Amino acid sequence: MAIKAKHQRLVLLVIALVVLMGAGLLAAWALRNQASYFYVPSEIVASPPAPDRAVRLGGMVEKGSIKTAPDGVTIAFVVQDGKARVPVTFKGIVPSLFVEGSGVVAEGKMQADGTFVADNLLAKHDENYVPREMQNMTADQAKQVVADTQ
Amino acid sequence: MHGFANPARFLRIARWLMPLCMAAGIAVAAGALGWGLFEAPAEKLQGETVRIVYLHVPAAWLGMAGWMGIAAASFSELVWRHPLAGIAARACAVPGALFTAVCLITGSLWGRPAWGTWWVWDGRLTSMLVLLFLYFGWMALSQASAASDGGQNKAPAIFGLVGAVNIPIIHYSVTWWNSLHQPPSITMGTSAMSADFLMPLLAAMLGFTLIFAGVVLARMRAILADQQAEARLRRKALSEAVFQ
Repeated sequence: MAIKAKHQRLVLLVIALVVLMGAGLLAAWALRNQASYFYVPSEIVASPPAPDRAVRLGGMVEKGSIKTAPDGVTIAFVVQDGKARVPVTFKGIVPSLFVEGSGVVAEGKMQADGTFVADNLLAKHDENYVPREMQNMTADQAKQVVADTQ
Repeated sequence: MHGFANPARFLRIARWLMPLCMAAGIAVAAGALGWGLFEAPAEKLQGETVRIVYLHVPAAWLGMAGWMGIAAASFSELVWRHPLAGIAARACAVPGALFTAVCLITGSLWGRPAWGTWWVWDGRLTSMLVLLFLYFGWMALSQASAASDGGQNKAPAIFGLVGAVNIPIIHYSVTWWNSLHQPPSITMGTSAMSADFLMPLLAAMLGFTLIFAGVVLARMRAILADQQAEARLRRKALSEAVFQ
């Protein structure tokens, strides 16, 4: 039985596509570490970069860790990923989404004493979208209830 | 699909389907944008800037869907030599590139207030920019090949399939690599997005998708009409040459 030309093309093309996708996935796999935008604290702690090398550090801002220095523009906070913590200092204006318990990417250099001096901060927001009204609802309602009972 | 191998039958359906898609798409998209921009709430952390999501996410989806359309048409072109496949691929390219550009521009405008930067070279942003360049390259190749190989569309079809490798890379870039862009909010069956944002967003995606379908149908009709006019001119020129 002769194989129809279009069936032959179908089989060849499907094989070519499988090979192509495999090659693409292998390339992406090989890029796993190189293509990351930042290091997480456990990576920085495990193998600290040289003090003169500019790196990015990304993670969560630890709750209750943001402290403002007396000069009013220098802040210190802790970036953590659940496994390790890295203290960070930064002087400048922070993005509006920079809050405790939220994600941050700090660009800067690791110091010999284990603190990270950032010269730029980027706020990283997560995949959760919560309406502002609902967030305020409990507080507003509580106020309302208090006002009603007085 | 093979029922449409006859362009006349395709044209009969496209004639009424195109305005239907356009009208429904414009109505739904306008309603969804009105809903999203004026009715939907502000976000807890981002405030009012969250409203750009109603344009950014549909544009990202259609930028990727445009290339998936090119890839599907290319497959049909190479395997079955479907007569409308090359035309469908050409019709997808311009709106796909346009929506990719809209996605990049709105994303940049959103990144400034949300992240504190217009642009970073992280996995998601870079792979989306690569998609825009793939569109430009595909359009140039498709024009060159239409001029040289007599509408065989073989080279652009192969390019269309090879370029499709970028689509899963865009999608998984935020999962595979640490990136500034956040992971997807809407995944199979679950949503990390409150229904107040999700409903207008899904409506906007539906509306823009209908507009996209309408534009593709309109462009396919235009390309077919162009080809018919060219064929008629060629026949006319030929018969005049013969009778002279």
